[in-house]
Amino acid sequence: MSAATRVHPLPGGREGIRQAARDGLLVSWRNLKRIPRIPELAIFAILQSIMFVLLFAFVFGGAIPIPGYADPNAYREFLMPGIFGQTIVFAAATTAIGMADDTHKGIIDRFRSLPMARSAVLTGRALSDVVYNGGILIVLILSGLAVGWTVHTGFLALLAGIGLMLLFAFAMSWLGIWMGLNVPSVEVAQQVIFTVLFPITFVSNVFVPPQTLPSWLQPVAEWNPTSTLTGALRELWGNPNPFASDSFPSQNPVLVTVIWVAVIIAIFGPLGVRRYRSMSR
Amino acid sequence: MSAITAEGLVKIYRTRKSEVRALDGLDLQVEEGTVLGLLGPNGAGKTTAVRIFATLLRPDAGHATVAGLDVVRQAEQIRHLIGLSGQYAAVDENLTGRENLYLFGRLYQLSGGDAHRRADELLEQFDLADAADRTAKTYSGGMRRRLDLGSALIGHPRLLFLDEPTTGLDPRSRLGMWDVIRNLVREGTTLLLTTQYLEEADELADTIAVVDHGRIIARGTADELKSQVGGERIEVVVHDREAMLQAIEVLARMGGEQPLVDEHTRKLTVPAHGGAGRLVQVVRDLDEAGIGIDDIGLRRPTLDDVFLSLTGHAPADDAKESAA
Repeated sequence: MSAATRVHPLPGGREGIRQAARDGLLVSWRNLKRIPRIPELAIFAILQSIMFVLLFAFVFGGAIPIPGYADPNAYREFLMPGIFGQTIVFAAATTAIGMADDTHKGIIDRFRSLPMARSAVLTGRALSDVVYNGGILIVLILSGLAVGWTVHTGFLALLAGIGLMLLFAFAMSWLGIWMGLNVPSVEVAQQVIFTVLFPITFVSNVFVPPQTLPSWLQPVAEWNPTSTLTGALRELWGNPNPFASDSFPSQNPVLVTVIWVAVIIAIFGPLGVRRYRSMSR
Repeated sequence: MSAITAEGLVKIYRTRKSEVRALDGLDLQVEEGTVLGLLGPNGAGKTTAVRIFATLLRPDAGHATVAGLDVVRQAEQIRHLIGLSGQYAAVDENLTGRENLYLFGRLYQLSGGDAHRRADELLEQFDLADAADRTAKTYSGGMRRRLDLGSALIGHPRLLFLDEPTTGLDPRSRLGMWDVIRNLVREGTTLLLTTQYLEEADELADTIAVVDHGRIIARGTADELKSQVGGERIEVVVHDREAMLQAIEVLARMGGEQPLVDEHTRKLTVPAHGGAGRLVQVVRDLDEAGIGIDDIGLRRPTLDDVFLSLTGHAPADDAKESAA
């Protein structure tokens, strides 16, 4: 039998895209199977979210007055979009840890030896983590409603906010993929990701007015994607946003957030793909 | 036609401080439908070679083909023809055995129905049907290896690469694995297998290529290699260090050859011309001379012996390969 008769044609054009989509979905199915198999992970992620909401709502809720709002519930309304924003930024952590875990087990070699779409390991990871974070968001929304947060602008605005968050989670996953592929172990992934993400979430408008920061740090906090996402959610849902300044990101948080999504994907998408390809060097 | 060829393959792993030439001009040919055993110690370059053939790694220099296709330029097509089972079982612990096979089947571009059917077949063939719906986490080492091998076979590959398929398995699982591999070969699959055990290469391979420092240093059938090494030998561990000289005399007188002496372990080794009969004679002679022994046995030549006779040195176990 001659080898030439058995050479498999490369899928091109539409079939190539169809295969990439199918393989990406299979990989994300595989990633999501982990949730029911290690239920502790999801249960503690959910408990952690609930605990966070309760801690902030009841510990800080009474202590921090929101200017212009007499209602003591105002802080909770102010807080919830911040917790949403912070949770979504931390989506990168889940992804980085998952990716690092795969990379350092033989499974990635198996994937790379199979005639599957090269992109599928990465797109599958980004997709499954968006689904996972969507689940966590539902829990957060319910806990928020339980402590007195509401959306004042209707159901469509709620959906728009959720859509924006999922889009942002997708972008953060690409940051996580790139980090996960670059670290030497899962433990390092955890260290690195938290070192990077904590400042990103705290130098922001999530918990405090940016105006209280040193002046050189204020523009950083204003342009910080966590701030713009949080500002966008407050605007979309009619929640108090008393510290918005005249700066461009404060005035156009939805637009700036969408730009952030595009920029993050445009940078870390290609970097992640390049890193994945270079595993054969 | 050659199923696998390699000419002057070079692969260098660079870190900030050092440079390791994992492959240093490796040449190889495997004929279609045959089994080649790549025999060598840790760090010899076996895994690196397999990873290049399986398109996981690009060579820094040289040229390699699999089924007539170039491993660098036609990697994508090669992946439709090969199966790889590595040193560490590459299955998903959180999926069941059945789900693992289904996933890899689909990613091998089988249809959903075909992937299910093939998974059932392989579970049956590898004696995993009872454990099919348990997560791989709960499997024993041997079961994981079988699942891993099954995953490599999901697409009926024409060429199979097995990287140390029995390393870390207990003796019983190892024998089971050998049976499985023998059956595959009977069906005409071309197989390249790496191993650290001469015995294993002997059992499974048509041809053996010995690798050292990234090159092939010898090639032949198991019998050819063994005749170079000199067949079976008798090993005696003497009880008292003081009695060693006397024991050497007894052994030399009998066989006419000077035994190899390891003073540290008080071990003496002589060729066993005549096998078990000679062993009985050695026991009797030593007993008559009143020399106490701790251990005595007939031993087949090992990788160490092959290396000793081919290179004059014991295999350098610098374990760099496992890090790479």
